[in-house]
Amino acid sequence: MQETTRAGIGVIVRGVRRVFPTGVEAVARLDLTVEAGSFVAFVGPSGCGKSTLLRLIADLDRPTEGSIAFEGGGARPSIAFVFQDPHLMPWRRVLENAALPLELAGVGERERTERALVALAEVGLADAAARFPRELSGGMRMRVSLARALVTEPDLLLLDEPFAALDELTRRRLDDQLRALWLKRGMTVLFVTHTLSEAAYLAERAIVFSKRPARIVADRTITLPRERAASIRSTAEFLAEEHALYEVLVQGEGG
Amino acid sequence: MRPSVERVTAPLGALVLFLAIWEGLTRALDVPLYLVPPPSAVLSAGWAEASTLLVGALTTGRAALVGFALSAVLGVLAAIVLASSRLLERALYPYTVFLQTVPIVAIAPLLVLWFGPGLRAVAVSAFIVSVFPVIANALAGLRSVDPALRDLFRLYGASRTATLWKLELPSAVPEIVTGLRVASGLAVIGTIVGEFVAGFAEGAPGLGILVLSSYRQLRTDVLFAAVLAAAGLGLSLFAAVNLLGTILLRRWHASELQR
Repeated sequence: MQETTRAGIGVIVRGVRRVFPTGVEAVARLDLTVEAGSFVAFVGPSGCGKSTLLRLIADLDRPTEGSIAFEGGGARPSIAFVFQDPHLMPWRRVLENAALPLELAGVGERERTERALVALAEVGLADAAARFPRELSGGMRMRVSLARALVTEPDLLLLDEPFAALDELTRRRLDDQLRALWLKRGMTVLFVTHTLSEAAYLAERAIVFSKRPARIVADRTITLPRERAASIRSTAEFLAEEHALYEVLVQGEGG
Repeated sequence: MRPSVERVTAPLGALVLFLAIWEGLTRALDVPLYLVPPPSAVLSAGWAEASTLLVGALTTGRAALVGFALSAVLGVLAAIVLASSRLLERALYPYTVFLQTVPIVAIAPLLVLWFGPGLRAVAVSAFIVSVFPVIANALAGLRSVDPALRDLFRLYGASRTATLWKLELPSAVPEIVTGLRVASGLAVIGTIVGEFVAGFAEGAPGLGILVLSSYRQLRTDVLFAAVLAAAGLGLSLFAAVNLLGTILLRRWHASELQR
């Protein structure tokens, strides 16, 4: 696992607050530091503002107050975003969908085809390159979406409940793939989910948010081995982690 | 296989039955030829005037095509401009509705004054009648781009032109095709109406002129044949747009899948 290409970037959130024009406060003055190369899960009740925080970090939305900075990654850190649904372009083949970020960055056709094929292979979809999104299953489409995010070899990968709409089996398979990719690539990953077992299985650190406006109610290091397999889900350690997250989540809901 | 055979035989059967009843009734009731000619009379009139009708269809078809092409190009361009800002849309969109409500017969004389009689005035008439559905549908298409894909284009720093060419226009293709479908029929109607007022020029008379002249001579059978030719023209244009839609959309859009 030493073939890490990039170490990822750190994220520093300072006093960030987001109030929507409607007056709804989504994120309450929030401080958070994410170390470069870590895998962090954002957990919290639905609609609590954790997705808003992710959009703020991606610069898809501007904070009302506060600032977000990155550590490392140069002048323009490479950030990728995976949405709840695949959001592919239905008129493009899988390969052209996966190559989109490179195309927008002005990478030549030969190089972007090569790199998109590599990214597709990484999510196990090399065979589907010439197909159209509608010919794929939901899980395969999500993997194309993941390949599209990975194709630029991002320093920071943001995922907003990416596998929530998939069946349990597919979701677990994708969890494994994502974790393996992280171990291999070493980029920083922020993963929003409302499923506690997914957070415990995937992340090294879980941040639990209260209901809206999002405040941090717990910041917990997940003490599970680096190499994780499906069998870990039934161990006492794993269940203890999941339960600990559950406890603080309930507290956050109440307070 | 049966349903696909039926798709051809059922409408054909209905047509034959309809023509048979029409033929039978006009003969049985002894309807005068100048009021309602039987299909057989229309057919023989069409055969006798075949070359005139063909030349007329070519003249009319050319004007309709020019008008339709203008609608397609200028309509989509107008939609792009309107979609570029809410303010522009608010300020200008109400006036595009004016295009749809303007009585073309009333302004056709103006077109003759401005563009001179003949192809140009007639094509402009076809354009005015057919451009609105293109603008309205293309605008709806450009407005309904997946917001997440917009975010993605922003995240990767896409330029305004890249967003237009790679995201907005491809997203709007289904709606643009719908607009063109409606416009294709309207373009032929606009051409015939334009010819009524502005079609008198040197060169071959179009179908609209043939309709007028056969009406004045009470050659109702020729009139029917000319109307049929005009309908055929509209159908061919519509079929061409449909074919274009199928080619563009068959791999990805629900409207063209497994029909």
